[in-house]
Amino acid sequence: MMNPTAEKACPWDPTAADREHLLAELRQCLPADSVLGDPEALAPYECDGLSVYRRLPLAVVLPETVAQVQTIMRLCARFKVPVVARGAGTGLSGGALPLADGVLLSLAKFTRILELNPLERWARVEPGVRNIVISETAAEYGLYYAPDPSSQIACTIGGNVAENSGGVHCLKYGLTVHNILALGIITAEGEYITIGGLAPHSPGYDLLALFTGSEGMLGVIVDVTVKLLPIPEYAQVLLAGFPSLGAAGNAVGRIIAKGIIPAGLEMMDQAATRAAEDFVHAGYPMDAAAILLCELDGVEAEVRAQADSVRGILESCGADHLQTAVDESERMRLWAGRKAAFPAVGRISPDYYCMDGTIPRRHLAEVLERISQLSEEYGLPVVNVFHAGDGNLHPLILFDANREGELTQAEALGGQILEVCVEMGGTITGEHGVGIEKLNQMCVQFPEAELCQFHAVKKAFDADGLLNPGKAVPTLHRCAEFGAMHVHRGKLPFPELERF
Amino acid sequence: MSNRDALSSLQAQVCKAFETQSPLAIVGSDSKSFLGTADEGTPLSTAGHRGVVSYEPEELVLTARAGTPLDELEALLTEKRQMLAFEPPRFAPGATLGGTIACGLSGPRAPYCGTARDFVLGTRILNGRGEYLRFGGEVMKNVAGYDISRLMTGACGTLGILLEISLKVLPMPERELTLVRDASASDAIELMNRWAGLPIALSATCHTDERLYLRLSGPEAAVGEASKRIGGDSMVEGENNFWLKLREHTLEFFNRPESLWRISLPSATPPLALTGAWLTEWGGAQRWLLSDEDGAHISEIVAKAGGHALSFRAGSKAPEASDPPPLSSPMLSIHRRLKQAFDPAGILNPGRLLLGS
Repeated sequence: MMNPTAEKACPWDPTAADREHLLAELRQCLPADSVLGDPEALAPYECDGLSVYRRLPLAVVLPETVAQVQTIMRLCARFKVPVVARGAGTGLSGGALPLADGVLLSLAKFTRILELNPLERWARVEPGVRNIVISETAAEYGLYYAPDPSSQIACTIGGNVAENSGGVHCLKYGLTVHNILALGIITAEGEYITIGGLAPHSPGYDLLALFTGSEGMLGVIVDVTVKLLPIPEYAQVLLAGFPSLGAAGNAVGRIIAKGIIPAGLEMMDQAATRAAEDFVHAGYPMDAAAILLCELDGVEAEVRAQADSVRGILESCGADHLQTAVDESERMRLWAGRKAAFPAVGRISPDYYCMDGTIPRRHLAEVLERISQLSEEYGLPVVNVFHAGDGNLHPLILFDANREGELTQAEALGGQILEVCVEMGGTITGEHGVGIEKLNQMCVQFPEAELCQFHAVKKAFDADGLLNPGKAVPTLHRCAEFGAMHVHRGKLPFPELERF
Repeated sequence: MSNRDALSSLQAQVCKAFETQSPLAIVGSDSKSFLGTADEGTPLSTAGHRGVVSYEPEELVLTARAGTPLDELEALLTEKRQMLAFEPPRFAPGATLGGTIACGLSGPRAPYCGTARDFVLGTRILNGRGEYLRFGGEVMKNVAGYDISRLMTGACGTLGILLEISLKVLPMPERELTLVRDASASDAIELMNRWAGLPIALSATCHTDERLYLRLSGPEAAVGEASKRIGGDSMVEGENNFWLKLREHTLEFFNRPESLWRISLPSATPPLALTGAWLTEWGGAQRWLLSDEDGAHISEIVAKAGGHALSFRAGSKAPEASDPPPLSSPMLSIHRRLKQAFDPAGILNPGRLLLGS
């Protein structure tokens, strides 16, 4: 278990008596079963989906009402105790990692759909509602909520907003930021504010955009109004196998240049394809250097016409395997391989570490070449799964955490991959967030002045630095240290030491 | 078309203004100066900072300097059969990209495709200290750091001077078709909302003068299918001009002496009891009211319906005084602190977006 060093970002440095005092105060204003303080009860909250980082918080609180959240925030503001908000804990960047002296605020009990308006096509829901439940509930009206992160059966809408989650359909239907209308927020001082609204052009600044993807640094989300879209009538998926990654990448650009925006456009390299095929037998060509899955949706005649054009493009780009799902069950099978890609990789390696860089798509072949060189340099295999339509790469680094130093090496390799993404004009995170994981790479992506501006923005919402401190935006001090360490590129001094 | 990088001169002007604490009034082509309150301060022109920095049609991304005229951008996009899908209005010749994003205005396609902010991927700005900053980028998915670029959209230059903007662009639809039918205002609002819930290729809606206009866009097959389902007469003569004139407020409707109000509402809100001429678009969510009624009265009725009213153009009678945005007290203090975070000396467009102190 790694025990990451926290960046001391707030003045609260409690004695044992202070800790008891805080717990007593929390218990006084919340129902007994809503405050957890015993190590055993705290354990399930020690990490999120990035489980290499674990830490027990001082307390976990599980409020049931907005008023209770306000009470908690006021209390924490008075004690100057840091607060980490948590949804389902499926995040992949350690954004919900607790602070040892902090309160972990779980929104798991906020699971109600408050209102659904089929005519105006929106739903107002509590933050702990699972992503897929919104679509399931809206289905009877022919509507759904578009963003579909791969964790959609488990992840909650509050966390989706905090991370600006994407999914396989975001090229056509957008990210979370494009699909929400309003938020109810509890500020660091415990005030309730509404941002956005059902009417367009909310007065003032576009705080809805600022809050989306802000990783719990600016406020606690207590309700979310999402847009609902009509369910497409018909969808078809095409599978193509290519003799090279470059040819597959080229096909992606050509489809889009033709004026077609597929509902989903996914690429997998040979290693990922083989792992997925072995696992779910989706019918993928095992000898292809890369496969593309292209989903088209709309009315049937439109989809059929577009599928004809896409087939033509795939052929002219050198696809040597081409398959169109003839029915819904074949379509589901072709997707099953892609959707099971991560667990499939889990079967071929004791551990894997998932990266999340985005690049301008035209640099794909070069970036993959660089990744393959780095992979050799570090002696760790890398498998690539790629949201090809929007340039979002998920290289999976294979390692064995039981072998000494391999996790550190995997993290160092991952960091270098992200730096290649920045160098190519891309970004270190497309949809997983910075959390605690990519703080060092933030120093690579952003110069000092930008980081200072980020800190100033946070301060405008959270003057005392109590909301999820130490995440998402690194301190300048940390970047200075990382810069000094960074000179050695991959060969860190003291490789035996743990680095975070 | 000329390209020019005026960064160093703009930066020098902002740095000097920061030192001397003297307000700046940011101007692109001055096409939208009628909006909001009057400018205060020394004019700072971004018109000389212009030109397309990069355009990658296969990536659906365009980056241009703030002073680039929209007409130039659209000409370039048209060559590749792509477009700015939020259909930004000009309101006067020469409208620039910077002004468009700063004002955050969008046209008839917005409710079906996204508004200006939905298409902003990245910006380069000067903040109120004259620091040159880059946020976001040229990729569709990017969650590194706060989304400052979208925050800039519609901030009217009060948080920073936009220098360069990267936008997502979209393919032009293969086919567009406008259908027209007679309808009362309340029937039109109901129909606009019901149609938006169907999986059809809707791209614009408008009701005025007892007529409901509806635009379909997309692949030939999708437009054909949708028009079969919806019915109505197809409008052939001047079809494109109708939506263009709506976007630019040059339809006959706008040619009246009363004050023009932009009324934003939850989309299915029934017609409001306010005297004047109405045009309803955006599926019912954005309505234009030409009226001489008292501004406070208009705002009150609209607020009761869950919306907000903005005095868009003063009529020939007394000009409306612009009020500060109706924000709750915690929201107002967040706005002030945010302004302070970007512009500590309060020099950027101090006359816009009245936040008081």
